[in-house]
Amino acid sequence: MRDAGHDSSQDAKESIRIVEEADIITARQRVRATAQELGFDSFAASAIITITSELARNIWVYAGRGEVVVERIDKGARKGIGLQFIDQGPGIVDLPKVLKGGLSRGGGLGLGLSGSKRLADEFDIDTQPGKGTHISVVKWKAR
Amino acid sequence: MNRSPIPILKIKSTLITSVQTELQDETVDLFQQDILTRIEKTGARSLVIDISALDALDTYVARMLTSTGKMAKLMGARTVIVGMRPEVAATLVRMGFPLSYLETALSLEEGLSLVNQPIEGFSVDDGQQGD
Repeated sequence: MRDAGHDSSQDAKESIRIVEEADIITARQRVRATAQELGFDSFAASAIITITSELARNIWVYAGRGEVVVERIDKGARKGIGLQFIDQGPGIVDLPKVLKGGLSRGGGLGLGLSGSKRLADEFDIDTQPGKGTHISVVKWKAR
Repeated sequence: MNRSPIPILKIKSTLITSVQTELQDETVDLFQQDILTRIEKTGARSLVIDISALDALDTYVARMLTSTGKMAKLMGARTVIVGMRPEVAATLVRMGFPLSYLETALSLEEGLSLVNQPIEGFSVDDGQQGD
């Protein structure tokens, strides 16, 4: 795992700890504000807010605790939001199946992870059973 | 009295509610209990849920809307979701959320006129127009 929790020196990055359900809302609000600052259109904003909800809720439901790192990417013409969802929870045992969708571990429809992948522009997942999960997502602002 | 922070209004035989707050498990439970209690007390035949304030709708909230509709149906009331924003519709479809359970209308006005139509149009599987 990277040292994502210690990035407060860079003002473009912010870490939100997920320890209770209300923290999911905090993460959503932070991402919503960042999308507004960067001038995301409503469709891209809705997508990245929804991704935040799904993956932060996964942390809370499956791992109990973890963190969401929100990174504001502003490289001149290229603007976007980078998100990392990090936990030391049980990990995902059958990742290919879960990414296909429809496989739920928590009583839902099993669309959170597969749906988030479809909504994201970039999506990387590193998971080890028993050790945790680290998901990186990027959503670019439409040019 | 509502126990959840989401108000429920009644006009004739229709309950109207608008989801504007961020939802959590506790709010969802109270909201569904409020709805069902109000249906029982008022004999409401329909429920219109406005979601125009929501700029993003995750599968958690979508499931809540679906399950509320199913519960209301068991109590004899028909549920219509109104005011879904274009970006929310696009996001839900892209995620692959099955929306077949949810009846929707563009606006509150459209939703109200939909539920005020003759009740025989609301059957389980018969799409035929009665005449």
